[in-house]
Amino acid sequence: MSFLEVMGSGGRELRLTEKFFEINWGLILLICVIAGIGFAMLYSVAGGELDPWASNQMIRFAIGMVVLFVVALIDIRVWMSLAYPAYALALLLLIGVEFVGSTGMGAQRWIDLGPFRLQPSEVMKIAMVLTLARYFHGLTLDQVSRVIYLIPALLIIFIPAGLVLQQPDLGTAVLLVAGGIALLVLAGLNWKIMTAGIVVAVSAIPVGWNFLLPYQKARIFTFLDPSRDPLGAGYNIIQSKIALGSGGLFGKGFLQGSQAQLDFLPEKQTDFIFTMLGEELGLVGAAFLLILYLLVLGYCLFFALECRNQFGRLVAMGVGVTFALYVFINVAMVMGLVPVVGVPLPLVSYGGTAMITLLFAFGLLMNVHIHRGVDLPRSSISIW
Amino acid sequence: MDIKDNDRYKMFNRRAAMMSVGGLGVMGTLFGRLYYIQVLEEETYKGLADKNSVRLEKLAPVRGRIYDRFGTELASNQSNFRLVLVPGQTQDIEQALDNLGEVIEVSDGRRERVLKAAKRSRRFSAVTVMENLEWEDFAKVNIRTPDLGGITPEAGVTRDYPFDSDLSHIVGYVAAPNESEIDEDEILSLPGMRIGKDGVERFIEAELRGQSGNRQVEVNAYGRVIRELKREDSTPGKDVILTLDMELQSYAMKRMEGESGAAVVMDIHTGDLLALASVPGFDPNDFNLGLSQDTWDGLRNNKYKPLLNKAIKGQYPPGSTVKTIMALAALEAGVMSPWESVYCGGVTRLGNHDFHCWKDHGPVNMRTAIKESCDVYFYELAQRLGIDRIQSICNRFGLGQVFDFGLPGEKSGVVPSRGWKIANIGEPWQQGETLIAAIGQGFMLANPLQLAVMTARLANGGKAVEPRLIRAVGSEAMDIVAPPSMGFDQSQLQVILDGMNAVSNRAGGTAYGSRIWEKGMELAGKTGTSQVRRITAAERAAGIIKNEDLPWERRDHALFVAFAPVDNPRYAISVFVEHGGGGSKAAAPIARDIMHKTLIKDPSKRRAIGPVAQTMKAPSPATEEG
Repeated sequence: MSFLEVMGSGGRELRLTEKFFEINWGLILLICVIAGIGFAMLYSVAGGELDPWASNQMIRFAIGMVVLFVVALIDIRVWMSLAYPAYALALLLLIGVEFVGSTGMGAQRWIDLGPFRLQPSEVMKIAMVLTLARYFHGLTLDQVSRVIYLIPALLIIFIPAGLVLQQPDLGTAVLLVAGGIALLVLAGLNWKIMTAGIVVAVSAIPVGWNFLLPYQKARIFTFLDPSRDPLGAGYNIIQSKIALGSGGLFGKGFLQGSQAQLDFLPEKQTDFIFTMLGEELGLVGAAFLLILYLLVLGYCLFFALECRNQFGRLVAMGVGVTFALYVFINVAMVMGLVPVVGVPLPLVSYGGTAMITLLFAFGLLMNVHIHRGVDLPRSSISIW
Repeated sequence: MDIKDNDRYKMFNRRAAMMSVGGLGVMGTLFGRLYYIQVLEEETYKGLADKNSVRLEKLAPVRGRIYDRFGTELASNQSNFRLVLVPGQTQDIEQALDNLGEVIEVSDGRRERVLKAAKRSRRFSAVTVMENLEWEDFAKVNIRTPDLGGITPEAGVTRDYPFDSDLSHIVGYVAAPNESEIDEDEILSLPGMRIGKDGVERFIEAELRGQSGNRQVEVNAYGRVIRELKREDSTPGKDVILTLDMELQSYAMKRMEGESGAAVVMDIHTGDLLALASVPGFDPNDFNLGLSQDTWDGLRNNKYKPLLNKAIKGQYPPGSTVKTIMALAALEAGVMSPWESVYCGGVTRLGNHDFHCWKDHGPVNMRTAIKESCDVYFYELAQRLGIDRIQSICNRFGLGQVFDFGLPGEKSGVVPSRGWKIANIGEPWQQGETLIAAIGQGFMLANPLQLAVMTARLANGGKAVEPRLIRAVGSEAMDIVAPPSMGFDQSQLQVILDGMNAVSNRAGGTAYGSRIWEKGMELAGKTGTSQVRRITAAERAAGIIKNEDLPWERRDHALFVAFAPVDNPRYAISVFVEHGGGGSKAAAPIARDIMHKTLIKDPSKRRAIGPVAQTMKAPSPATEEG
């Protein structure tokens, strides 16, 4: 009797050892390689020192990997039942941050819990994917496009997005909305509603503009024309492009990037780390990292398609889409294709919270892969 | 899997495939853009990179200053000539230090520290080589800069405390930030930045620090600055005005010199702290400049504990100073009338225990009991009052609480109660403990600030005034809240105040020797002598050893609390002398002198300065390149 039959039959539960053998080590290796590139770049940012960034990042990665395995091995039904409570909790935290949040860089983003800082928006990224997946899991294809079922889904997406925008954190709000809409599309929203949605969204842009804060508007102006203020707000983008361009095909060599090492380049351990890679290791290095990212996305797609339950499929694609958006926004930003928004390069940029969140999400992806044969009947799961 | 499910799976697959194609297209765009920038435009950008000479540098803010109520500078910024080095711009740091050693003296320890710091720091952030150079040395280095291979002279500012040890416990001190502090706020990594470690410097660190500015500079191929292109000055930290009267503070410190103890003077209506002395002090400038091991050991091992702010962190048995509020509680509860007489035969027996008084007073009423500090009277009063009411009156007068008024590390002391004893000692309350609680002994502990607050609340007609140290931060004046009434009967309160008046102004009062003669300046007070050792029956039989004959550590603590002028109270004072002997002998004379000085100066009547508007731009510590 094959593995899939055991799971499909709904007979006995999988043993932990069996689950362990189902882990896809190719994906794990891929994640490690990408993180390794991150360590190398952080080592270079510090001018050839492990301190202060690379060593910290390694510790966080190690913790994150443990999280990944634990998340992956827990039964998928547990995650399914946790989806709504997790979402409710994340929503409460988001509201809480309005009142007790500390202000970092002019924006309220985290709750100080003493030894560590909790960013509710990070929790929400995962909770929203789980919640939408569970919600759509319980709907038939016809129901998805019916207004009465559509409204809860839209609320699930836009309430937290609005709260995050309030903080104000434009980057995360965009990620939440785009990720949520992608799941709506995957669940089978019909074309008419989609078209209508696009029309409404486009016509709302002029209204939305008024809600942006001055610094957010400045970023968009600067994006449209960086040379408007070459020593002010446009400085980052100009320096980033110079760094990338001067790197050429093969780069200036590890630890040799003059732009980065002489401090022309800003925030190179976080948002602009891709630029540093491009400068020191050239197009070859940068393209190599992008290809690794594509492979990760390939896994997401593959895991989604092979899964036999709608919940798992949606979770896998939800993780994939969010990941892809991270990569796209960050890379496009440093090349001057989109305005500067604070979105890190996944697995590479320095930062503990984003790292843990991502590895948690990959844990869910792996979980879907391990439990791909589990039948989760739609009818047995109530919507609420 | 039913048919409907099959539908949605097909739909999912189709849409997922479409999305993937779209995703590939987007990624293709990224690759194309990358190719365009890195290959097609490579030459253009290479040229720009070679010419690239504009760099952003952060500018350190100047720390806000601290003033007393009349504008005397208590913490200021002095120019600081220092040498810095950027590891990434120095070929050979050891060689550079050797060269520097030929110009001025560089100690081995200093050398080692610089090498270590250079190894740790980021390649292109500056490391401080030396600070607080004499002008001549600085000038010498300035001339020789070209030979020093990367060591650059800079004129910055450093913290200075002109009143050194007189204010060590209030203003506190600053020191170089440590690594975890730098992680919290990157400004702190700039050379010359300091962080408040104690006192006001620490309590309002966030306001004093200021915000960094930045400048765009043109640099040469080695990263050395050639000229400045654009500058956004840093925002200096906010200036802080305290309620202190520095002259009075210095006087109090001087008056208590040689003792270990504390003195607190406060305005009974506003709560303004006019003096908050704790002796001995230490020189906070030492901490800023870097403390030698010897100095540090000396401070730590001194039995008079110069590092401890005894006024707020010292916890001592308040002794008889709390008899005032005990009497008030008894009047309020109606368990004792002011005229009722209790006979003091020198001892009260409860169960198997004898509770002693310090002499045989004979018959005493409430006023005489306060005036002559009769213990037996208060043992009787305590039994009628009970521990619960004792706890309540203590809390209402500010004992057992912290005021969070502007200094870190306040200690709450102890107001014992049934619950407290169960929680902390694990035993039920004993009646004998009620007796000694009423005379401020036993478990009860208070700090000198709390005793000053207690006295102020008695003297201002029973209003819950809170101590205040910060008058203004930047352009913002801290509000004075009118203290709420605690609802005491004024005629009952007057009985207590009369008793305190008798303490210092009637013959036989425990502080009669420390009265103020001048008309209109008389003070009213209460002495306190708290035992730090238990007197055994055998010792009592053999005759009690005088305090002077005991080693310092075993002598009684001396306390005195007072308010003045008697007719129209304005100021409250508490004085504590650690192991000073007796309250009337050691503490009252000090309190009298400080109060006399306060009344002559009358700081509450004189015009204090208002909040400082931040219009003046303090100069940013400019980097003066070679």
